[in-house]
Amino acid sequence: MLGNLIRDRGREGRRGFTLPKPDTEMNPLESILPKSALRKEKPKLAEVDEPTVIRHYTNLSRQNQGIDTTFYPLGSCTMKHNPRANEAAAAVPGFAGLHPLQHEAQAQGALRVMYELQGFLAEVSGLPAVSLQPLAGAQGELTSILMVKKFFEDAGDEARTTVLVPSTAHGTNPATASMVGFKSKEIGLDEHGCVDVDELRSLVDETTAALMITNPNTCGVFERNIAEIAEILHETGAFLYMDGANMNANMGRMRPAAAGVDIMHYNLHKTFSTPHGGGGPGSGAIACVEKLAPFRPDPVVEKTEDGYAFAAPEKTIGRVTTFHGNFGVLLKAWNYIKMHGPELRDVTDMAVLNANYVRARLRGTYRIPYDELCKHEVVVQPPDGMKALDIAKGLIDHGYHPPTIYFPLVVKEAMLIEPTESESKETLDDFIGAMLELAETSSEDLEAAPTHAPTRRLDETRAARNLKARW
Amino acid sequence: MARFTPHTDADIQEMLDAIGVETIDDLFADVQPKFEGELDLPPVLSEYEALRDVGELARENVAGFPIFLGAGAYDRITPSAVGAVISRGEFLTSYTPYQPEISQGTLQSIFEFQSIISELTGLEISNASVYDGANAVAEAALMTARLTKRDPKVAVSKGLNPRYREVIETYRVEVVELPFENGATDFSNVPEDVSGVFVQSPNFFGVVEDIAAASEAAHAVGALSVAVCDPISLAVLEAPGNLGADIAVGEAQPLGMPLLFGGPYAGYMATKPEFVRQLPGRICGETVDRDGKLAYVLTLRGREQDIRRARANSNICTNQALTALAATVYTALLGPEGLREVAELSISKAHYLAEKLQASGFTLRYPDAPFLWEFAVEVPDALRVNDALLSNNVVGGLDLGDGAMLIAVTEKRTKKELDDFVEVVRNAG
Repeated sequence: MLGNLIRDRGREGRRGFTLPKPDTEMNPLESILPKSALRKEKPKLAEVDEPTVIRHYTNLSRQNQGIDTTFYPLGSCTMKHNPRANEAAAAVPGFAGLHPLQHEAQAQGALRVMYELQGFLAEVSGLPAVSLQPLAGAQGELTSILMVKKFFEDAGDEARTTVLVPSTAHGTNPATASMVGFKSKEIGLDEHGCVDVDELRSLVDETTAALMITNPNTCGVFERNIAEIAEILHETGAFLYMDGANMNANMGRMRPAAAGVDIMHYNLHKTFSTPHGGGGPGSGAIACVEKLAPFRPDPVVEKTEDGYAFAAPEKTIGRVTTFHGNFGVLLKAWNYIKMHGPELRDVTDMAVLNANYVRARLRGTYRIPYDELCKHEVVVQPPDGMKALDIAKGLIDHGYHPPTIYFPLVVKEAMLIEPTESESKETLDDFIGAMLELAETSSEDLEAAPTHAPTRRLDETRAARNLKARW
Repeated sequence: MARFTPHTDADIQEMLDAIGVETIDDLFADVQPKFEGELDLPPVLSEYEALRDVGELARENVAGFPIFLGAGAYDRITPSAVGAVISRGEFLTSYTPYQPEISQGTLQSIFEFQSIISELTGLEISNASVYDGANAVAEAALMTARLTKRDPKVAVSKGLNPRYREVIETYRVEVVELPFENGATDFSNVPEDVSGVFVQSPNFFGVVEDIAAASEAAHAVGALSVAVCDPISLAVLEAPGNLGADIAVGEAQPLGMPLLFGGPYAGYMATKPEFVRQLPGRICGETVDRDGKLAYVLTLRGREQDIRRARANSNICTNQALTALAATVYTALLGPEGLREVAELSISKAHYLAEKLQASGFTLRYPDAPFLWEFAVEVPDALRVNDALLSNNVVGGLDLGDGAMLIAVTEKRTKKELDDFVEVVRNAG
């Protein structure tokens, strides 16, 4: 029987690609390299023809769901439509063929894209200094917290050992704090699902380096006390960091700088649709106040008399990437912003409208733990006795990608639904209909789901216990 | 109304009614401080206008000429089929495969990527990719500290790409420098308290280093050895896992990714099974579904940030899935013989160029060191040489800033381009 993997579809001697014939003399490797350095056994890779490769990966793709195929309301991930103009922009040979170490004078178009994008991201956040270097949201967090660390070291302030993280935070927040060598301390919530200001007041002291807040938070609720939170931190010299994963709720409606945010990251693959690629590549560009600007990673793009140039900020934390960021992703985000201009606010408006509509229509059947205005996403709980996992798997049989489940951790059986601005009322109505129907479905039927997917539920324990991670 | 949004005014009104508010503004009643102005961004453009701007800016870049720059990113031939596969919407517009029943495409392609990396490196366990080569190196440095329970401190030499070293340092790992002579690292005197010993092969100057010597030196002081390897080179060079390396990492860009001014690329990481718990990032494993059907799923998730939070072994979440897929498809198309041919063509052309330059009176910086497709040549004024090359529609090598130029030759370069290169350099140098 034919195996599943590309290697199973090959036969020794088959080739999927032909290279140009040699036009210089071919040196035998033995004449160049010591024998001990040479490979003795050829790697066991697939030996396949191009038709087989295309068919194999096309068929694999059909076992995947993407925004292109399915409504994909994965909370905190902003699965919006990916305009194909972004892809066209990144394929232009003048960019695709540009080597990262070409002299700046040979890359003025690319540098201008970066310079303008820095400006766009400064405008949307209100924060004047931007770095496009971080390669994903988590690296944007890491970069930001490294900058905070270096700021205090530079100031000779050795007491700052702690980073505060709300209990609703993405797991990347505490993991980042640990990587930089901070202790992370969890902070509780008030009755709205927001940071408990009284608890914050009792926790903040001279050992606090920063609070990492997500706004709107991962319950989809706007942190209405954010300005007061910033004040409490600033009184002791600590920083307010904002996880910008949820910026799709803020554009043109709230600028983090005005709320007292000192530093934040964007997820360009989320807010600016660059796209997600099955789990990257992304970009975690950051924006910060002037006070932190000298600590940004190397390089930033500046405008000089001779054009655009790379520069190292004065007290830089150093490089965070080999070259200068995921440029292709930056170019797509730049293109997306150019196609929206100030109308980015409409993106936010429609995203928030869609989430509140889902909230209003699910109310009564699903429990809404924070049933007030939500922003771009809403957290709901299944009816008593039902499991989020079962509803999620049932949604697959209805043709939907499930929402984020069991996150935020503070809400039992959480289902975090982020519809995004891309979806029509009809799509939302159909999805809501499926959710309501699933709430009435027997637990036996739900536990059997999915039955209309490429696979049924998987034995995850077996994968971990008998680890097989290669052919 | 937003650009890619379907709502009509009637839709909006019906939805506001269902929510029980009157205006869109009411949906932001809880937001404070509010932004009341208009964002100061350039006016909205149609797709045509935006792409026209892209085209205009692209013309301000120098592209489309033969490129002799390498130093971590290589101008290699990419089969058209790679772009076709990674443009499939089901791959392009999905996210992290948290729901395995509808993500088998991504999961199996990760499994295949891991398999390819394992085969090339000779190490059993690979992850699903990290951001880029430098981050793979830095994550490996942190990994050696966790595994040896020592402070993060690693031994490197000038043979390690200086950008990789900079990222290690940004990640707050202490770096000690080993002697570097005649193009190769001297591993005879590794400090006893390091957690890791790094060896890049081919190194920054294109020279093949002795991974076995690095591994022995590391193990002698109770440290781990980390080999940093160009994946194409592993078609012809012995797998680092067979030379004692504990961890192999590197930049996967040469496997089918466009230069694109530095990214997105993909970093790879592989290690021995006993070190898997400290390997950062996602790992895909084989399992079965309820009906016993073979399937793939993210596994050993207890290492990761969303489960382990502050005690995770890294904060990495989103990685480089789509570019890792490009590497997988590229490798499938080329196969082991194709990869070997890419390596051998590049090596032969590079040696042809090096010999012609020497015949024209130039000296290699490390004339006795074995190199693959990249080498440093003494050029008193690299800037002038590169200017002369550019005016002949050629992108020259990397100015090392000390009277030498680092030149990379790939399978793309033709004999004529190499001959022309020598001609221009001879006249300018």
